[in-house]
Amino acid sequence: MSSVFASYPSMQRLWKPGIFLVAVLFSLPIFTVLSFIVHPSSEIWRHLIDTVLGEYLMNSALLMLGVGAGTLIIGVGCAWLTSVCVFPGKKFFAWGLLLPLAFPGYIIAYTYTGMLDYAGPVQTWIRELTGWGVHEYFFPEIRSLGGAVTMFSLVLYPYVYLLSRAAFLEQSVCVLEVSRTLGCSVWSSFYRVALPLARPAIVAGLSLALMETLADYGTVSYFGLGVFTTGIFRTWFGLGDPAAAAKLAAILLMFVFTLVIIERGSRKRAQYHHTTNRYSALPQYRLTGHRALLAFCACFVPLLLGFLLPALQLGLWALETYDYMVDASFVELTTNTILLALSAAVIAVVLALFLAYGKRLFRSNSVAAAIRVVATGYAIPGTVVAVGVIIPFAWLDNSLDGLLREHFGISSGLLLSGSLFAVMFAYMVRFLAISVQSVESGLVKVKYSMDEAARSLSYTPVEILIRVHLPLMKGTVLTAFLIVFVDVMKELPATLILRPFNFNTLAVRAFELAADERLADSSTAALMIVVVGLVPVILLSHSISASRVGS
Amino acid sequence: MTSQLEVENLQAGYDDLQVLNQVSFSLQPGQIGCMLGPSGCGKTTVLRTIAGFEPAWNGRILIDDIEVSSRKIHLPPEQRNIGMVFQDFALFPHLRVEDNIRFGLRGIPKREQQSRIQEMLAMVGMLAYARAYPHQLSGGQQQRVALARALAPAPGILLLDEPFSNMDVDLREQLAREVRNILKQENNTAILVTHDQHEAFAMADQICVMNEGSILQQGSGYDLYHRPANRFVADFIGQGVIIPAIVESPTTVKTDLGLIRGKHEIDAETGAMVDVLIRPDDVVHDDESTESAIVVEKAFRGADFLYFLRLDSGIEVMCLAPSHHNHKINERIGIRLNVDHLVTYSRN
Repeated sequence: MSSVFASYPSMQRLWKPGIFLVAVLFSLPIFTVLSFIVHPSSEIWRHLIDTVLGEYLMNSALLMLGVGAGTLIIGVGCAWLTSVCVFPGKKFFAWGLLLPLAFPGYIIAYTYTGMLDYAGPVQTWIRELTGWGVHEYFFPEIRSLGGAVTMFSLVLYPYVYLLSRAAFLEQSVCVLEVSRTLGCSVWSSFYRVALPLARPAIVAGLSLALMETLADYGTVSYFGLGVFTTGIFRTWFGLGDPAAAAKLAAILLMFVFTLVIIERGSRKRAQYHHTTNRYSALPQYRLTGHRALLAFCACFVPLLLGFLLPALQLGLWALETYDYMVDASFVELTTNTILLALSAAVIAVVLALFLAYGKRLFRSNSVAAAIRVVATGYAIPGTVVAVGVIIPFAWLDNSLDGLLREHFGISSGLLLSGSLFAVMFAYMVRFLAISVQSVESGLVKVKYSMDEAARSLSYTPVEILIRVHLPLMKGTVLTAFLIVFVDVMKELPATLILRPFNFNTLAVRAFELAADERLADSSTAALMIVVVGLVPVILLSHSISASRVGS
Repeated sequence: MTSQLEVENLQAGYDDLQVLNQVSFSLQPGQIGCMLGPSGCGKTTVLRTIAGFEPAWNGRILIDDIEVSSRKIHLPPEQRNIGMVFQDFALFPHLRVEDNIRFGLRGIPKREQQSRIQEMLAMVGMLAYARAYPHQLSGGQQQRVALARALAPAPGILLLDEPFSNMDVDLREQLAREVRNILKQENNTAILVTHDQHEAFAMADQICVMNEGSILQQGSGYDLYHRPANRFVADFIGQGVIIPAIVESPTTVKTDLGLIRGKHEIDAETGAMVDVLIRPDDVVHDDESTESAIVVEKAFRGADFLYFLRLDSGIEVMCLAPSHHNHKINERIGIRLNVDHLVTYSRN
């Protein structure tokens, strides 16, 4: 009860119900979608089961398998190399390997398609070099399941890399040294000790990568793959059956929840895997000669393919198209996007502060549970969120409209659905979790005894907020703000479905241009998104270079 | 002389749970008091109620003769003229040592602030660390800064909430003595909360032993050890055993170890059965003595041995012997009683 807010009983009385209200409001879309599991099947749904559901399941499973394997090999391999081996460029790779995180999957997909398709620079160069003509040589089709697996692996491996590297660095040096004294070689101590110890962290990273894979819409729709997200779009807008689309969304949600459960469980277990509290510098295996070269290449290739090449290509295209693409409408588009992202970030941070401070103030299980429900949102694919938002909003609109028509003879039209409010609401459902998590991690640093110390030094609660909490929370609040800002800029499917007529964001514009096969023209918008996306990655890399425990 | 702190029949608790039951005590200016008791006895609640972090349900608290807590009155902590040192020190991590101390010195000219900070840092021996951040300091150093910060605004009462519990055991008593010297130099009134009697002995003038929300006894460490008011205090303070005895005369009891004569009248009739508290220092090792006992267990403690002895009657007592008396387990050694303070409890 010693929190600074405890001195304002009237404020407190509104606070707790407020938390539950926020929790109910922003989990409404999730429960809406889930409720469609028990919804009676329509004709179209039975048709879907007979025809495409198998394909969706199969493709999703193959995607997850492929992306799982790809991100594991790249992520864990690079994490091990950069945490315990010494080779040229190691310091740079330690953070440089995070750079692909700045690329949304759909943008790297357009870029590679442009680079690798028939008229692209790679095939043109091959033809010039060899003199072959059309169809006289084999070239892998990028717009395929394998292509999608490659694209996702290239931009999602940083999740696995990040968490497994942290796990390797946190491992007590004693455990590794004990294994050496028990007769393990460098490599067998990796397989037999380090890897199993890091497994919970690796699984957590893997689940995050797979959640992103399931959530993607831009890449799979561009590649023409039948998976759940594209299926939801097709069923709703092609076949005109929202209920069947919601049923698909519900199934997708089941997959996602499984991953969430695995991820949360793994994170919990990762905490128990610390056997000692003594940390000293990890053993560093000095690599020389061809081994060092091999390590260098193993780290350089993912960075080259996942960031450097596509960034270069985007840059070249942007130079080509700059003249006619950057005009008044592009400026307006950018302003729109930034304003939207800014307001979403502000709202998300304010709500997160409200929730996190409430949790600190009440320390009750029901409040903690309510906040945990809100925190599931980050896993829900944008497509599912959109479905979950539009159904209750449309119902509200129609009810209100019907009511007004009946009693007053006027029509309210569509107030909520197709408005920026709906877009913003969907962003909160999806991104509030990130800001809450971030703010909570900052709030932990402000111990209760600090409030009390300040009060015993004659400070009033408001002064304590300004003099103690604000300076301590500044960093994390800013981080929360930034992450939401960037995520909103990148967000595609929910914006695509919910945006008001004629309202565009950079992501939507890039998607539309790419869908029209104007890949080079989409580059300015895409490049903008990537550049902004770099900001949190750089922040992250800052913290990663200072993350070694006990040093 | 008016008292600096007056706690009268204080009742307090959390939610529906009453923790404190009729707690009363007072401190004179410059006195150092101590709430001593096992965890969960309510000692921290006493402190937090005095600080104003918890409301008083009943009774009242006066600081400098001003009523700060009662059923009707609750002065917020920032208006009570108190200083507090926390278990985790609660230094502000974003402020340098000097700014942590400056934090409580608002409203006075910059120059005076600076000289007060210097004075405080010199007092706790931390002048060299004025520009350091808390995370660069050791636990003991953080503790000193926390003390300096709490004392800088010259509070009427300093409250110390288990201030040494995060310290190495070796350091605790030394730090407790250091803090006592600092407080005495400045003639500060203070209350310490602890579960460690050695800390309490090293620091406090007056100790309140608490259990289950009540004060069981108040007094100096010497009084509590040698004249414990009840079995709980006898058990909690120091070591010892309780053995049966028969009242021989109003001031004498007869035990298996012989007669014990006290200075005060025993609160039981002659011929009645009573329990007698025997401290390890009441039993003296003496090769000449006619009484003897068998060594059951022993603990070497450097300057002395603590022997656990069994009498022929089966009763066990403890004996503190100088460390050059090294006896084996199962050896029979001569002992005699040397009881300065006879402590008896009626049997129920």
